[in-house]
Amino acid sequence: MPSLGADMTEGTLLEWLVKPGDTVHKGDVVAVVDTSKSAIDVECFDSGVVTDLLVHEGSTVAVGTPLAVIGAADTAPPPPEPQHVPVSPIVRKLAHETGVDIASVRGTGRRGAVTKKDIEHAASARRATPAASRRRVTPHARRLAEDLGVDLDSVAGDGVINAADVRAAAEPQPDRRAVSPAGMRETIAAAMSRSKREIPHYYLATTIDMGPCLDWLHEHNRAVPVEERLVPAVLLLKATALAATKIPEINGHWTDGGFVPAPSVDLGVAVSLRGGGLLVPVLTDAAHTDVPTLMRRLRDAVSHARTGRLRSSELAPASLTVTNLGDLGVEVVHGVIHPPQVALVGFGAVMHRPWAVDGLLGIRPVITASLAADHRVTDGAVGARFLSIVGQLLNHPHDL
Amino acid sequence: MTHSLDTATAREIVETALRGVVPDARPDSIDENAPLRDEFELDSLDFLAFVAQLSKRSGVRIDEADYPRLGTLADCVRFLRDR
Repeated sequence: MPSLGADMTEGTLLEWLVKPGDTVHKGDVVAVVDTSKSAIDVECFDSGVVTDLLVHEGSTVAVGTPLAVIGAADTAPPPPEPQHVPVSPIVRKLAHETGVDIASVRGTGRRGAVTKKDIEHAASARRATPAASRRRVTPHARRLAEDLGVDLDSVAGDGVINAADVRAAAEPQPDRRAVSPAGMRETIAAAMSRSKREIPHYYLATTIDMGPCLDWLHEHNRAVPVEERLVPAVLLLKATALAATKIPEINGHWTDGGFVPAPSVDLGVAVSLRGGGLLVPVLTDAAHTDVPTLMRRLRDAVSHARTGRLRSSELAPASLTVTNLGDLGVEVVHGVIHPPQVALVGFGAVMHRPWAVDGLLGIRPVITASLAADHRVTDGAVGARFLSIVGQLLNHPHDL
Repeated sequence: MTHSLDTATAREIVETALRGVVPDARPDSIDENAPLRDEFELDSLDFLAFVAQLSKRSGVRIDEADYPRLGTLADCVRFLRDR
């Protein structure tokens, strides 16, 4: 059972998406786990063949409890023989010619046999979804998409399309993955109360000229397809992560009465949910992630958070959290630190303000960056240096 | 452009694109002159996703300079129709 947040001690296994005999790869979603905040897709951290599922669906187990045994591909027992009905040579030939994987086709013939018509149907479905056919789709997901009438071309996400992606793309329906607002409120209440009880916060803010960033973004966005455009938030995140590598006292955890710096900058990004509530997916090692990749990961994490499909890798413990409330028109954020972290960085809206440059007054797009930091770990001077570095970095967006 | 969209088609594209970003959106239930970002609580990532869907479904290239012309449902329909 992975730890999906600093406050998680146990989790309930809602659903297995694999069975003994299945081949899995690192990063595949293999199970769904319920935490007090949300249902999370758990990704596999190793490749091989599932030999045993140790925890039954519906069971609640402590963090750290093994969930399944994964064996090396060559030593694992062969998967149980599927009850396949023999496929006629004509059907097999047609499947070969049309590039259809017979295993992924649901047979409508006698005793579930795959017929010529089934292959033709599958082949025309492939032609109808050119983008999806270029992407890998698990056989289960392809069958599910057919059952639910989901156009694979419209399924969000990158990499392999799995059953969870298809379910999410289907018409929204109340299911057991729905987030419980009461549970989420309780979790937020506990964490924030602990923060205000235990952490002596201090607050700093600075105003940063966003002109260079926005100019750079416009140039970049003009040259790329819409899907690859960047939003200002991603530059703010990258600058924060880089600044945290220079001021490591901001990046880490207060554990057992002392500060433990984190080995990488794992940025928590506060995401507000449309029905209320908050989730904080994590962009791991953000300082060493290039801006376009960070943008893609940000987009995925926000989308997963809002559709209740966060993955375990997106809920690794954060070492520093960023809140960007600019889209809501807020000017300054006075943040509450997420324990056991020791700082929270806030960004407000980009506002056009009178601004003096080299003695001349002009109108510039500016943003207020703020820092809430733990006085047990740092003093104001350290926090001030951190914000100053964020500002300098945002003045040179091409170096981010 | 070599083709233009009629109002009904443009409207359908806008509504489908919106539902792609906000799955439980009911575009038919809002004032078509109300600001989209407020009505559907779209942040900058949502809006970018909306623009990407609009562009993909209509075949119309949408630049950042065009964003101010996509403020409301009616604006979006007009924009697609007139391109």
